[in-house]
Amino acid sequence: MLKFLTILKVGMKAIARNKLRSTLTALGIIIGVGCVIAMVAVGGGAQAAVQEQISSLGTNFLMIFPGAATQSGARIFTGQSSITDDDVAAVRAEAPSVAYVSPMSRSSAQVVYGNLNWGTSIQGVGVDWPFIRSWNVDRGSFFDETEVRSSAKVVVLGNTVATSLFGDQSPVGQMVRIKNFPFKVIGVLESKGGSTMGQDQDDTVIAPYTTVMKLLKRSAKIDMFMASAVSRDAVDRAQAEIDALLRQRHRLTPEQDADFMIRSQQEIAQTADQTSKQMSALLAAIASISLLVGGIGIMNIMLVSVTERTREIGIRMAIGAKGRDILTQFLIEALTLSIAGGAIGIALGIATSRFLAWKQQWPIVLAPAAVLLAFGFSAAIGIFFGFYPARKASRLDPIEALRYE
Amino acid sequence: MSARAEGRTERSEADVIRIEDLVRVYQMGEVEVRALDGVSLSIAPGEFVAVMGPSGSGKSTFMNIVGCLDRPTSGHYFLDGTDVSGLNRDQRAEIRNGKIGFVFQAFNLLARTSALENVELPLIYASQGYRASDRAAKAKRCLEVVGLAGREDHMPSQLSGGQQQRVAIARALINDPKLMLADEPTGNLDTRTSEEVMAVFQELNERGKTVVVITHEQDISEYAKRVVVFRDGKLVEDRPVSGRRTAVVKR
Repeated sequence: MLKFLTILKVGMKAIARNKLRSTLTALGIIIGVGCVIAMVAVGGGAQAAVQEQISSLGTNFLMIFPGAATQSGARIFTGQSSITDDDVAAVRAEAPSVAYVSPMSRSSAQVVYGNLNWGTSIQGVGVDWPFIRSWNVDRGSFFDETEVRSSAKVVVLGNTVATSLFGDQSPVGQMVRIKNFPFKVIGVLESKGGSTMGQDQDDTVIAPYTTVMKLLKRSAKIDMFMASAVSRDAVDRAQAEIDALLRQRHRLTPEQDADFMIRSQQEIAQTADQTSKQMSALLAAIASISLLVGGIGIMNIMLVSVTERTREIGIRMAIGAKGRDILTQFLIEALTLSIAGGAIGIALGIATSRFLAWKQQWPIVLAPAAVLLAFGFSAAIGIFFGFYPARKASRLDPIEALRYE
Repeated sequence: MSARAEGRTERSEADVIRIEDLVRVYQMGEVEVRALDGVSLSIAPGEFVAVMGPSGSGKSTFMNIVGCLDRPTSGHYFLDGTDVSGLNRDQRAEIRNGKIGFVFQAFNLLARTSALENVELPLIYASQGYRASDRAAKAKRCLEVVGLAGREDHMPSQLSGGQQQRVAIARALINDPKLMLADEPTGNLDTRTSEEVMAVFQELNERGKTVVVITHEQDISEYAKRVVVFRDGKLVEDRPVSGRRTAVVKR
């Protein structure tokens, strides 16, 4: 033990004697570890942001699409939509775990106000829609049951559309034209920001689904419908109830495939989560390459150092250093370089991610596990890439080494 | 170790070095070179032996084997009563550390390392392990023995050739070896400093150390008590020194 400590000191001294070279060697590891930490922090931040947005979407809602899911997951449209307005009404009336239901009919069109126009998506929904999406009206009001039944030409604007067409002016009470039909603006939605997939959720116009079907799509069928469970825990129950009810109404035997598909928000969340995880993994992988390059740098310098110090190794061996004493000394040198590099790299990585969070307003999540992992990894690199040069040194023949000029 | 080998151990106990029919063959491609061709020699404690011979005579090979840096192809080498001819790398390293003090022609001090630290070096690799303070104290004493008290913190580049060689001698002394083995210790020095270094060896020998000096210089060999001469891998001459010189110590 005493001997090990002494050899440790010898290794440290050798590093201190070659300050510039030691710094340059450690720089490879510093940059590598710094990159890994910063990238993982950025990736983790993105992941957290995605999760937050998904929960802002409302966590307990279900989407029911017409058409069956095949085994490959693709949807087959068998001509007409299999879900009717009556199905929606039945779910609302008969499924106890379902709190709100809204049919949906989507289209896209130009919204014209004065000499301005804005192309956007038109979502035809029912009166329950604000409750399902937990998305409230900021100014004005949402349409009511009467307006839905009468296919009233009223719209609620998303924040982006309102700002684009009206600027600072209040849109409530103004008239806009969609596909040449005049619509009255009755409200503006509160701003929700970007969605999971990066779309601007506020770039939309909400209208009664009956109006969208009749005037804009000229179709008697709804595209899909949304339902929300009474609570977060009731999502599975609500899904089962809707499934049973629709099967019964569509007269399907248990053996038959359903002609509709229910997707929960949780499934969507999982997909999005997976995507962002893959993204983080990719970032980390790219950063790891720089760590690998840093490791090769250490190996290169250690090999040069072994050659350069052949005579020193010969002297040490002649006066009684064993192979493993030399091995230990050179391993300690490599390990010290990589661990010191790792420590500085961690500080640099944390500083970089803090800087990004401050300057770019990126969401940053610094996971202590990632920091520890990067540190352990840099030590492992020291051992891995230091071992070959160290072993080379330890196997030198003292007679040859002493003769080396 | 076999019973026979142990028997030999006892027989050769009196000698510091006892060599029996030592052969060292180098394989140079297709050609076999017999660098040592059946050498037998005994050196008793307290002797001062100069090993001479022209280059290629086998004296370097002899020195490598006696210094436990190399192993003989055949034959036996007893160092301080132990057969060391069959030891492995690590075992030989231990022998070099504890029983042999090396002094080289090129001094072989570590650059940018103080005289004191250079002298301490063998203690780092000693199997028992020393505390830093014990190491420094021992190294300081050895530097005093070679007349370099007060130069502990000097770097090799700040010392003259003769002083560097005396640091090397101090380093060789630190583990109180059975044998001081010097390979052309004056080869890089002028006449005056050569005498200075030989004076140190003579003084150590007076105190009872066994010293073996390899040299090709006639006048250096005259500081020894006994001269052995190698030629073509064989020991051709073994005689006491008549008219021994005494190095004048100029301190």
